[in-house]
Order: sequence, then structure tokens, then C-alpha cells
Amino acid sequence: MASETSSSAPKRSLGGWALIAVPYFWLFLFFLVPFFIVFKISLSQIAVAIPPYFPAFDLGQGLQVLFADLKELSLENYIFLTEDDLYWRSYVSSVTIAAISTFITLLVGYPLAYGMARSPKEWRPTLLMLVILPFWTSFLIRVYAWIGILKNEGLLNQLLLTLGLIDQPLTILNTNIAVYIGIVYSYLPFLVLPLYASLEKLDGTLLEAAEDLGCPPWKAFWKITLPLSIPGIIAGCFLVFIPAVGEFVIPDLLGGSNTLMIGKTLWVEFFNNRDWPVSSAVAVILLLILVIPIVLFQNQQQKMAEREG
Amino acid sequence: MAKKPIGPVRRDYAPWDDPASVPFIEFRNVTKRFGDFTAVNNLSLKIYEREFFALLGGSGCGKTTMMRMLAGFETPTEGEILLDGQSLSGVPPYRRPVNMMFQSYALFPHMNVEANIAFGLKQDDMPKAEIADRVAEMLRLTKLESFAKRKPHQLSGGQRQRVALARSLAKRPKVLLLDEPLGALDRKLREETQFELMNLQEDLKMTFLIVTHDQEEAMTVADRIAVMDAGEIVQVATPGEIYEAPNSKFVADFIGDVNLIEAKVEETSETGTRLQAVHGNYVIDSAQSVSASKGETVWYAIRPEKVRMELGEPSGGDLNSAGAIVWDIAYLGDMSIFHSRIGEASLRSTVANVTRTVERPISWDDKVVLSWDRDAGVILTE
Amino acid sequence: MTRGPSWFNVTSLVLGFSFLYLPILLLVVFSFNESRLVTVWGGFSTKWYAELLRNEQLLDAFWVTIRVAFFSATVATVLGTMAALVLVRSGRFVGRSLFSGMVFAPLVMPEVILGLSLLLLFVAMDQARGFWTVMLAHTTFAMCYVAVVVQSRLVGFDKSIEEAAEDLGCPPVRTFFQITLPIIFPGVIAGWMLAFTLSLDDLVIASFTTGPGATTLPMKIYSQVRLGVTPEINAVCTILVGFVTIGVIAASLATKRQQVKRERDERAAIAGG
Repeated sequence: MASETSSSAPKRSLGGWALIAVPYFWLFLFFLVPFFIVFKISLSQIAVAIPPYFPAFDLGQGLQVLFADLKELSLENYIFLTEDDLYWRSYVSSVTIAAISTFITLLVGYPLAYGMARSPKEWRPTLLMLVILPFWTSFLIRVYAWIGILKNEGLLNQLLLTLGLIDQPLTILNTNIAVYIGIVYSYLPFLVLPLYASLEKLDGTLLEAAEDLGCPPWKAFWKITLPLSIPGIIAGCFLVFIPAVGEFVIPDLLGGSNTLMIGKTLWVEFFNNRDWPVSSAVAVILLLILVIPIVLFQNQQQKMAEREG
Repeated sequence: MAKKPIGPVRRDYAPWDDPASVPFIEFRNVTKRFGDFTAVNNLSLKIYEREFFALLGGSGCGKTTMMRMLAGFETPTEGEILLDGQSLSGVPPYRRPVNMMFQSYALFPHMNVEANIAFGLKQDDMPKAEIADRVAEMLRLTKLESFAKRKPHQLSGGQRQRVALARSLAKRPKVLLLDEPLGALDRKLREETQFELMNLQEDLKMTFLIVTHDQEEAMTVADRIAVMDAGEIVQVATPGEIYEAPNSKFVADFIGDVNLIEAKVEETSETGTRLQAVHGNYVIDSAQSVSASKGETVWYAIRPEKVRMELGEPSGGDLNSAGAIVWDIAYLGDMSIFHSRIGEASLRSTVANVTRTVERPISWDDKVVLSWDRDAGVILTE
Repeated sequence: MTRGPSWFNVTSLVLGFSFLYLPILLLVVFSFNESRLVTVWGGFSTKWYAELLRNEQLLDAFWVTIRVAFFSATVATVLGTMAALVLVRSGRFVGRSLFSGMVFAPLVMPEVILGLSLLLLFVAMDQARGFWTVMLAHTTFAMCYVAVVVQSRLVGFDKSIEEAAEDLGCPPVRTFFQITLPIIFPGVIAGWMLAFTLSLDDLVIASFTTGPGATTLPMKIYSQVRLGVTPEINAVCTILVGFVTIGVIAASLATKRQQVKRERDERAAIAGG
């Protein structure tokens, strides 16, 4: 009797409004307002001043000054972004690296999630915890751990040299390959968890029915398991792809000087060049690029919630 | 129709028949909409003090919404609800003198049985000693003395049900609301508990309102039943009347098993009505007078247990007597259900298996005569 | 899906988990390395841990980080629990979709954007940067994670339990503290732990929003890592990893034990009832 028990918009008491108002106001002030400030500063110009941009907008100086300041805003920084190919190459390279890494993560994560879902029931909580545990350990530490493995005199090269598989140490650190490894490693739990959830829910009798109807197991996987796990695949891929595009730590520590990623470009622009207006413009464009997958992801999540609810 | 008592009359208690009696709970033209969906449609209902009243209907008929409006969890879109002469509009659930026993029991999982029962009393700032007395009384009443210190998850389903009951009774509410209270119990326990509920209600002299989809449960416990469908009340009457004198095909069909015979009115007078069955050649003579014109199609509702069955062929011309061929037999142990064909139509009759062996058993394809008394069924026009 | 584990499944599990755990394991092992060369084993030693205790800068940073994490996790838990209640319980209100967008967006937003935008806000507010700005920044993004954790707990919550409390005469606010909060408390605790570790872990947002005198441990580690891998950093990392691992395992063991006890009680109740 779901329709009978679901209540319509309730009459709200003062406490009810306060409950909404406090987190609403907090997020509004510390999440939404900052974006408008970023947008505004992206239209300003760099200045040798504190803060290092112009115009600074001081409401205390009256409306006339404010209007005068408004006229100073321009799209100059955005034009600059199109002129210097560093920026658009960074965007393209970020999206490419994120996409390739997401695909590799899927290739690594699917067998893992599948193995977990098909393991004996009493193992599953433990396996699940083993996947979640790295998520709780520091991101920075996990990336750092790979430096010691991947560098020229690192553990991987030592191992391969000892085994006689190579004569010369491989150069992996400070290349894009190291970045792929770092992203796959760091974001693997994000992909495995939703994928495992959708695989675990899969009704085992469906596969038995398919086999009963004459479908061999490998074919049953392609025809039954894979299609039914697509929501999990999509959710997992979004959870890897979206944050990977804006990643900073991984390309900075594992990537080389020619690894271009927009998160790193923004960081350098901000901390090294101290050009706040341009880094704001970089952030605005990055946000615009990410809005599409974020909206797609939210829609997919909502659709899944509706189908289940 | 002369007012002859139908069904067992429980006690000397029928305030609904007395125009002078004042209702204890009154729904006045209550409507409840959820968006486009109308859960309860312009409904009026009077429930009297010390009555055991049942709201009966299928899922989505609006019965739960009725109860939740009385408890205060939903606000009527239109109309108002009165309790003991006072309007309840604007009174929040925690200030209403009614208590509810929830379908899921809704026991507080982090409190033991005692604390659950005492919870409502503590809200009223009752002195500690009094709370202890009342809790002890409730534990005794529901035979839970030895479980007082247990947490809900350490109890069986039947025990949880009794805790929920004790908790909702502890505050001695003006009305106890029971939302499908026995739905989670197995059949045997359910039947036992039904009788316990009835005794409890009589001992405590309280008003009980029960919501259920189980017609047997409603018939067992209630003084009166309101049968609901699609947000409206179809009939309000005692269990006996609901069963023996349903006012519509819906009620007749919803409660128990029934044969609905399509027939045309032949003649009608103050002393009775004659109908010609549409399928099969026989005439129904009923003691009921109806306001219908000759030739109009009506339905004659007759319960299977009121149909007699004998081997043989009809002598012709007899009233309330039809020749038929046995089509199917279901043997249920205590009784057997026969499906017999009369032309295109089929009629069910039940035979109680009062003896272990039968001399002339009726079998498949036997020719039989089905007959019934003049007041065995009711004529329904809607 | 309950068939015996096939060789394929076992292999993928072994490989998958080796990939996840081997790097951390190596890092821990080499923190006990005698040699300064992190990748060449020179015998067992705990001298790098002793060295840590003498490194005052590192200890300072650790202290700052713990304080930031504690305060931000606590505030974030309060705010995040409120946000979760709003999402699950408040029904429709003006700006609801904006609200849920603001709760979920920080979960996938690149940290560089969050950090930059918060810094620019603090600059615009003319707020001196330091301990408090980092704490505010961490509170903001951690509260969204808390909201998600608590929300999942609230969704599985039988609402009629709250209705029962109100029905028995308990006003809504008291119902929240006496009934709802104790029941969702495990979720709230999990939310706090998550917020605490997120804050402990964060480099990017802290780098943007911090000021003089408020260098956090990840920032310290980062600046040293850029200069190269040292056994000292390995030791710091090992301590942090051990800290979190023990916490998470203890929490999950406690949950598991409670669950086992509960199941045993339930079986006993059915058998005895």
C-alpha cells in the first residue's frame, strides 16, 4: 500500500525549516557562492596586488565604482586559453588519459567484481571489506607507494632484471603509463563496488535457466550476466572517469614533464605563475566539461533508484 | 423487510440502531488526495463508544489512510474528523488520545520490552511508581512477565505482537487503532489472538478500530464492518448482515463464496418477487420485495451452503428448484464443493461431510436437483 | 550466484587483491629497512621511526592534521546528518533539486576546483587563511560524504517506528533524539570516521585553503615526496596506514560481532517462542 502511506508535502514546523535551512545555507555559502566568485575572477585581469586580480570589487566604495568595475570584466582570459595550445591540449589529454584509464580499470575490475560475486556467501563480506579498506587509506600514500616500485632502480625493474626478462631497466615512472597505473590503482574500488553490487543481485537461476535451455556457460555470460551488469558498469565508469579528469596528485607524482593534465596545469598556473584569473578560467572550462558526465551520471542513478524503488 | 436478527448477536449492544445515541468517532465528508490519486472520497462514518469496528477492503481501498488520518499522520484534504465531540483538525499525532498498533509492530529496537511499554507513559510525565505499576499490569495482561528485560529482536513474532499491543494499550487511549495487527502471525496463532483481542476489548471497555484485508478476521472480531472499495464505503453493517444481506454484488462477492444468478424480474409484490433465471429453465421465488420493473435484469445472490442437492431430475413447475449435471467436485475434508452445470451457467453448492461414509455418493456427470428456501438468497440490483 | 569458486574466479581474486595490497605491503616492509636506499633491502631496523619522533616539523604537521580532522569531522557529521534527514524526510520544498545537487556534486568534483573556489571565497571575504579555513573547507566536502552514508542508513529505516513514538505522545524533536538518532547511530559513526579519514588524507584542498602556520601532514609528505622517496616517509605512511587499518578492522569486527549475537538471539527467540 505504498501509495497510501507515502505522505504528501507535510506541514512543516519551525524546526523542520531550520533543519533544511542550516545545511542548505552552509552548502550555498561554501559550495555554490565560491563558483560564482571563480566565474567572476575568471573575467578579471591579473594584477600585482593583494588580491592579485583586478577589479577587486569593494562594495564599500559605492555603486558607481562597482559599475565602473563591471565594465572592466572581459572574456580576455578565455580568449587566451584558446590561443595558447597548452590549455586545450591539457583538456584533450586529461579526457583521453581518464578515458583510457577508465577502460583499463574496467578490464581489471570486472573479473575482480565477478569473482567476488561468485565466491561463497560467507567470504563475501570479508572480500568486500578488503576492497573498501584501501579507500580508507590515504590516497597520497597509495600513489607514493608506486614511486618505489616503478622507478628505474625500483622494485619492478629489480624483479624483471633478476628474472632475466629484461636487460635494461624499463622507464615507467614519469611517463603516461605510470599515470594509467596510478589511476587504475587508486580508483579501482570505485568501479568494483557498484559493479559487485549489480553482479551480486543477479539471480543465479537466470544462468541456470539459460544453461537449461541449451546455452553454454561462456555464452550465458555474454547473453545474461554482462547485459544485466551494465548499470553497474556505467555507474562504476562514471565514478572513475569524472574525478580522474581533474586529477592532480597522480600526474604530478607519477607523470613526467610531458604528461599534460588539466588539474596539474591549473595547479601550476595558480601556485607557480600566481595567475588567479587564468586558473579560474581553466577551472570554469573544466567544470563545463565535467557537467555533461555529471548530469548523465545523476540521471542514470535516479533512473536506477526509481526502477528499484 | 422485517427486522429479523441476522447472524449471531453478540450482546445487548447496538447503538447504531438507536437514532438518539451520539457517535464517539465521526468522519464528516472526509476526502484525502495524494496528488492526483484520491485515496478517500467524501466519506462519512460514525463509530460508537465501546464498539469493535473493522475497516475491511483490498489493498489501496483507502482503509489505511482512514486510520492514519484518525491517528494524525495524514491530514484530510477536505472534511473533518471528530473524536468524543472534539474536532481533531490541527491536533498533532502526539497530542491525540488515540494509540495505534502498527502493522510492522514498530517496536523500538534499542529498548527492552519494559521500556517499550513505558515509553508512552513517560511522555506524559507520569510518576515513576505509577509507570512501574502500569507496565507490570500490561505485562500480566499480555502474559509477557518473563520477557520484560528482553530486546525486541530476542522475541518471537507472537511475543512482539503482544508487546506492540501492550505498548499501545498502556496509555489507556480513548481509541485503539489496529493496523493489520495479526498479518505477520501464522494461521493458528492468528485465530487464538483474535479471540484474545475480543476478550481484551470487552474487559477494558474500550473502542477498537481495526484495519484488515482478511474478511474472516473482520467477521470474527468486529461488532460492525465497513467494506471499502476505491476510497468509498460500500456497506456498513454487522458481520451477519454483511454476509447474509449484502447490498451489492461487490460485497456479496468480496465476503465469502457466492453464486450470482443472472435473472429477469417476472413479478414483484409486497410479499415477494419472482424471477426467471436467464440460464436454465427455472423460477426463483424470493421473500424479498424489490423496486424493480418487470423484465429488468437483476442478480440473485445465494451462498453455496444454502443450496441443497439431491440425485434425480426436477419434477417440473417447482419453485427454487433447478435440474443440473455435476461437473466438478472438490473434496476438502470437512465439506465438499460441487460445481454443477445448468445449461451455460454453473452453480456451486457445498455439502458438509457429517458422516464418514455416504450411502449414495454423488459423482461426476450425475443428474441432480438443486433447491433452496424462499429466504435463502438476496436480490441485488447493483 | 552460489556455485563453488572456479579456478578463473580464484585467479582473478588473487591477482586483483595482490594488485590492491602489494604496493602498500612493500611500502610497509621498506619502512623497516636499515638502508637509506628505499628499494634495496639492508636489514631490519626501526631507526626511521625513532628519527620521526625527533622531526618536530613533521610532528607539528601531524598535530595540526589531527585537530583539523577532528573538528571538521565533527561539524561535518552534524551538518551531513541534517542534510541526509532533509533528503530522506523533508518531502518537497522549493530548491530541493538544487539542494540534492549541492550534496552530491562535491563527491565527484575535482579537488582542484573545490580548493580553488573555496580559496577565492576566503579571499573575497577577507578572511585570514590558516587552521580555520582548512577546517571549513574540509567540513564542506566531508559533510557530503556523511550525508550519503547516513542517508543509506535512513532509507532502510522503518518510518513507522518514529510514527509509533509520536503516536505515544512524543513530539518530533524529542522523537529524533530518543528514537531516530540511537537507531541510525552506527551510520553516523561511520560517517564521522569517513569524514575524519578524508580530512586526514586531503592534500589538494588543504594546499589551496591553508595559510602560514597551518601545514598539514599530507602537505608535508607531498613536499618531501617531490624530493624523492625516503624511508622516513615510508615510516610516516606506515603509521598512518596502520592507524586507519586498525580503526576500520576494529569497527567492522565490532559490527560483525553484534550481528552474530543478534542472529543467535533471533534463532533462540524463534526456537523458544
